[in-house]
Amino acid sequence: MAGVTLRNVRKTYPGGVDAIKGVDFEVGDGQFCVLVGPSGCGKSTLLRMVAGLETITSGEIDIGGRVVNQVEPADRDIAMVFQNYALYPHMSVYNNMAYGLRNRGMAKPEIDKRVREAAQILEIGPMLDRKPKQLSGGQRQRVAMGRAIVRQPKVFLFDEPLSNLDAKLRIAMRVEIRKLQRRLNTTSIYVTHDQLEAMTLADVLVVMNGGVVEQIGNPLDIYQKPATTFVASFIGAPPMNLTPFKPGDASVPVPGNTGGILGVRPEDLTLTTGSAPDGGVRYDLTVEAIERVGAETFVYGSRNGAKDAVAVSAKPGELPPGEIIVRLPGQAAPAIGERIVAVAPRDKLHIFGTDGRNRIEL
Amino acid sequence: MQKQSVFTSRWLPWLLIAPQMIVVLVFFYWPAGQAVRQSFLLQDAFGLSTVFVWFENYKELLADPDYFASVMRTFVFAAAIALSSLSAALLLAVMADKPLRGISVYRTLLIWPYAVAPPVVGVLWIFMLNPSLGILSHGLRAIGIDWNPLLDGNQAALLIILASAWKQISYNFLFFLAGLQSIPKSVHEAAAIDGARPVRRFWTITFPLLTPTIFFLIVINVVYAFFDTFGIIDTMTRGGPAKATETLVYKVYSDGLLGGNLGSSAAQSVILMGIVIALTAIQFRFVERKVTY
Repeated sequence: MAGVTLRNVRKTYPGGVDAIKGVDFEVGDGQFCVLVGPSGCGKSTLLRMVAGLETITSGEIDIGGRVVNQVEPADRDIAMVFQNYALYPHMSVYNNMAYGLRNRGMAKPEIDKRVREAAQILEIGPMLDRKPKQLSGGQRQRVAMGRAIVRQPKVFLFDEPLSNLDAKLRIAMRVEIRKLQRRLNTTSIYVTHDQLEAMTLADVLVVMNGGVVEQIGNPLDIYQKPATTFVASFIGAPPMNLTPFKPGDASVPVPGNTGGILGVRPEDLTLTTGSAPDGGVRYDLTVEAIERVGAETFVYGSRNGAKDAVAVSAKPGELPPGEIIVRLPGQAAPAIGERIVAVAPRDKLHIFGTDGRNRIEL
Repeated sequence: MQKQSVFTSRWLPWLLIAPQMIVVLVFFYWPAGQAVRQSFLLQDAFGLSTVFVWFENYKELLADPDYFASVMRTFVFAAAIALSSLSAALLLAVMADKPLRGISVYRTLLIWPYAVAPPVVGVLWIFMLNPSLGILSHGLRAIGIDWNPLLDGNQAALLIILASAWKQISYNFLFFLAGLQSIPKSVHEAAAIDGARPVRRFWTITFPLLTPTIFFLIVINVVYAFFDTFGIIDTMTRGGPAKATETLVYKVYSDGLLGGNLGSSAAQSVILMGIVIALTAIQFRFVERKVTY
């Protein structure tokens, strides 16, 4: 058992592209760490650096108290689950799982014991003699997991392992991975671009963007107190409403208002006929679109008289300037074209600096 | 979805396949038919009279120790050419399947020899290994090897095998490289994490995944060694010395065109035709269907 520590890790490709621009974080022994971010943010590169599949330009990666910068992947005592599973197509399921143990010269009875144990845990016992080609996507996924757990490594690395599965299976496997990790209590690093997967799996959530870490922490803490507008709009679906405000704007209750960006999560807005609660915020909206998903309803409204609205530099799930999403429980919703008033209390507001960083606590 | 085309005219489909059919008939079926017919005929020395002799040509051929020597020689050549050219090409392809600087130049240069015509290959190797002119011959003699493929049959055979294998390396290289590149990178990475060192990784992962390519290339190389080496043999040794490099296809030529024994030559062609049909059948029946993983 061991933790993983990254100290000022950087990666520069020969062409001069900086993929990782100095990353520090620590994953404690037995913790489940999720790296999340949009595609191209460097999260997979970082994972491959931990695995030893990419060189480290500078900084240190430490697994279980040993700096592994110059250590071969085979000697880092890690196991990795790949996005495309990377099963050996010419070997049976049994041999796929036994391969890593045979390479390490383990005795046959011990290999057999471990493979059968793993097969039982993952419920792939009847498939041990089949070739990967004869398995479904979910079964291949299990074999890939089996190949990792038979090794009993110090660290599991997962590179978007569920992205090739259909939505239902993805949720089922997500729960299984979490249960398995709890049971084996093995330190894990998991890469995904799916913020829902990230929220549900992580003990430690690392939000990345453009080769840097935007925020590290407990998933719910990050949800409740995003450090930047990027994190605010990336974590949570639908994304947080972000509206810029000018210095001295009286509608935004900030002490010593010097301008910035105001964020409100769609579920923190409520419809009312009265005025905003004391110190809260009020939006006058015209309903543009309605989405009913059963348990809840999303109302998309454009702000009345918000011609001067400017887009906020938040890429994922970005809304058109001046558009606000309100999340209502149940199926009742106003009609399209109707004028509504949405309000949020003061303690649900998120205030950021004009550059989208420097969160200000109210 | 309808896969069959629908023609309103009865004649249009025939018209459309006519050019292809004419080419096949004139350049394949007609000569092949002629060869079969010829193999049943016996001509007198002056070409004045021709007798239908049934299987006489075949009987004579199969009783001829020269012919059997040629059969054995051809199989040895084919095995040697296929083995040496496949292993050299595989080694080069594994080397070229790495992200190196200028790799495309390296790959292009390795593919070039394929564009060289077989007789030119022959001439090239003659210049290098001719006993009196060749630069390599001088080197060999300097280290005490009595190199003279014009007199020594084994050396001549070695020369033919070398030149033929060299020519085929490019072709094999191309297929091996494509085969190597079709193996997902993550499979190699998974094996590396699974503790397999490069050599072990090659024999337990890369090589088994290349078996379909290898079997395909074995058939192609054997066919090549049987037939396409004619140009190389003709320019380098003309089947000599003392028939040491006379393969089946060269014997067809020398018995028929040089020796004037058209009946026997035709019978040999028919047997060769049978061999190539068998090889093609093996290719389709076993290789393309069974060698999968």
